[in-house]
Amino acid sequence: MGRKAIIEVKDLEAGYDDAVIFRHVTFNVYEGEIFVILGGSGCGKSTLLKSMIGLLRPRAGRIMIDGNMVSTEDEDGLKKILEKIGVLYQSSALFGSMTVAQNVSLPIEEYTSLKKDAVDMLVKMKLGLVNLDGYGNHLPSELSGGMKKRAGLARAMALNPKILFFDEPSAGLDPITSAELDNLLLHLNRTLGTTMVIVTHELDSIFTVASRIIMLDKKAKGMIAEGDPRYLRDHSQNAFVKQFFNRRA
Amino acid sequence: MPFLRDIMGKYLIHYGERSIKDLTPFYDITENAQGGTTIRFHGRMDSGNAGSFMEDLSRYFSENPPGNLAVDLEDVTYLDDFGTLVLIELRKIAVKANGDFELLHPGEKIRDMLMFLRFDSLFKKTSFEKKRRQGVFVRLGEKTFDIFLDLKYAVSFIGAITLSLGYHLTHPKALRTEDTLESMQKIGVDGLPIVALISFLMGLIMAFMSSVQLEQFGANIYVASLVGLSMTRELGPIMTAIIVAGRSGSAFAAEIGTMKISEEVDALFTMGFDPVGFLVIPKLIAALIMVPILTLFSDIFAIAGGLLVGVFMLDLTAGAYVAQTINTLTVFDVFWGVLKGGIFALLITWVGCLRGFQVSGGAASVGQATTSAVVSSIFLIILFDSIFSVVLRYTTG
Repeated sequence: MGRKAIIEVKDLEAGYDDAVIFRHVTFNVYEGEIFVILGGSGCGKSTLLKSMIGLLRPRAGRIMIDGNMVSTEDEDGLKKILEKIGVLYQSSALFGSMTVAQNVSLPIEEYTSLKKDAVDMLVKMKLGLVNLDGYGNHLPSELSGGMKKRAGLARAMALNPKILFFDEPSAGLDPITSAELDNLLLHLNRTLGTTMVIVTHELDSIFTVASRIIMLDKKAKGMIAEGDPRYLRDHSQNAFVKQFFNRRA
Repeated sequence: MPFLRDIMGKYLIHYGERSIKDLTPFYDITENAQGGTTIRFHGRMDSGNAGSFMEDLSRYFSENPPGNLAVDLEDVTYLDDFGTLVLIELRKIAVKANGDFELLHPGEKIRDMLMFLRFDSLFKKTSFEKKRRQGVFVRLGEKTFDIFLDLKYAVSFIGAITLSLGYHLTHPKALRTEDTLESMQKIGVDGLPIVALISFLMGLIMAFMSSVQLEQFGANIYVASLVGLSMTRELGPIMTAIIVAGRSGSAFAAEIGTMKISEEVDALFTMGFDPVGFLVIPKLIAALIMVPILTLFSDIFAIAGGLLVGVFMLDLTAGAYVAQTINTLTVFDVFWGVLKGGIFALLITWVGCLRGFQVSGGAASVGQATTSAVVSSIFLIILFDSIFSVVLRYTTG
C-alpha cells in the first residue's frame, strides 16, 4: 500500500503586487515524514509556508491538508484545518504577558473540556517532552532563545496536531542548542508520529532530520529539486543545488 | 449506547460512538473474585478519546470503587500524552481507594512513550498557579522602592536630555533635521484639525453657557471677554496640551518602547549614537515649536466659536465682539498662554520618551508605557498649570 499524502500542493503560485515569487510548485508531504522546504534568501520559503497554513491566499493552484482544501476554505473550514496543525514561528511568538504554562494551556482550555487539574498535568507532560520541566511559571522574557523555541514547540503541539510546521526553527540558536532541537524533533516524530514541515536553510539540520526536501530558487521562481537530501547533494546536476550543498558563493 | 453491562453485572464494555456491530470496544472492565479490577483498552488512546474515557471511567468508579486496579495495554496501538492522562487518572482512582495500580503488557512503543513522558514521576500534584503574593508590608516596601527608583530614573533622564540638548545647541549640525521636521508634522500639522475642532466647540460652549447668566444683566458683550481671557490664559494651553499628550505623547512612548524590545535602542547605542539625542531631541524641539503654535490656533478657534454664538444668539456684531476681545486681552495674556504651551510640550515629551525607555519585556509593557505616558502627562499638565496660577497670582498682585 502506498504512503498517504497528508499535504498535497498542486501548481501553486504566489506573489506580491506585480511580482511573482514562485509558480507551478507541486509536491506531496506524506504522513509521518519530516519534510524540509529549502532555498536561498528571498526564494519564497516563508511565503510557501504562509500559504500552507492559510495566512496567505495563493494566486493560483491548490493546497489540500488531510483532505481539506486550504486555498479555498471559508473561515469555518479553515478553522477545522487549523485544529489539525501546529506552527512554531521563527520568533516563537509566545504571549509575553502569560507564563509558559499559560501559553501552552491556552489551546487546550479552548478546544477541550478537560478539568483544570488534567490540563495542568498535560501542560506538565508537554513541558517535560520539550525538556522545560520547572519552567511553567516563568514568563517568556525570562527564557533563553533555545528555551523560547522549546516553549513555542510545546504550545504548537498542545493538541497533538497531525502536522507541525516550523519556520526557521534553528534561527538564532547556537550549534549545540540547534542540534538538541533537531534531536527533539526527531524524537517527537518517532514517538508521536507527527508529520513535520520545516522551512530552513541550515544544512546540518537538514541532513539530521529531513526525510525528503524540496528546493526553491529565486531565479527559477519555483521548485528546482525534490527528493532525499543526501542523494540530491551527491547526484543533482542542477548548478544551484550543487552550489547550495557545497556552500559555494 | 456508551455502556453495556452483561447479565452477571461483572463486565463493562465501552463502545463510545462506534457501531454496536463493531465487536472491538474502546475498553472493557472485568472484576475478579479478589475484588480487583482490570481495564483492557483497545486501539488508540489519544486526544480524540481521552476526555470521554476520563469522564466515563470517573463516573463508573465513583459508583464502583475499585480495589486493586490493573490496566491492560496489550491491544493499545497508539498512546500519546492525552492517553497517558487517562492512565494517570486511573492511578489516582486506585490510590484514592487504597488499592494497587499496575500496567499490564505495554508494547514496546507504549513503553517508549511512557518512558519519554516519565510516567512514573508524573503523580505529584501539578499546579501552575501564579507565585504566592507577598505580604502587604513587603509589597508596600517594594512599591516604595519602585517609586524612588522611578524618580531617580526620571531625574537622570532629565539630566541626559539637558546634556544632549546642550550638545545639540552647541553643535546644531548634529540635530537630525529630517526627524525633527517629521515630528513637527506629526505633532503640529496632523494635530491641528482636532485641536481646532475641540477649541472651536469649547469656545462655543463657554459663550453659550455664560450668555445664559450675562444676558440677564444686559452684559452680553462680556461673553467675548470671558471666552477670550479664559481660553488664552488657561483653557487653550491646557486643552492643546491634553490633545498633544493623547496623540503624540502616547506615540512617543509606543515608538521608543517598541524599539526598546526589538533591541533597536541597543543597536543605536552600540553604533555609537546617543539614543537620547537620536530619539528624544528631535521630538523635544518639534514639540517646543509646535505646541505653542497649536495653542495660538486653539485660542483663535475658541474665539471664533464664541463669535458664532455672539453673532447668531446674542445679537452682537462681529466687529463689536472682536473689538471687545482685543480690548480685554493683553499681549502678556497671549504670551503667558504660549509660554505655558512650551512648558507643557517639555513635560509631554519628557514623560512620553521616559516611559518608552522604561519598557522591558514584551508587548504588554508597551501598552502599559503608553497608558502611563498619557496619564502622567495629563497629571503633570494640570499640576504645573495650578503652580503657574499661584505664581501668577502672587507675582502680579
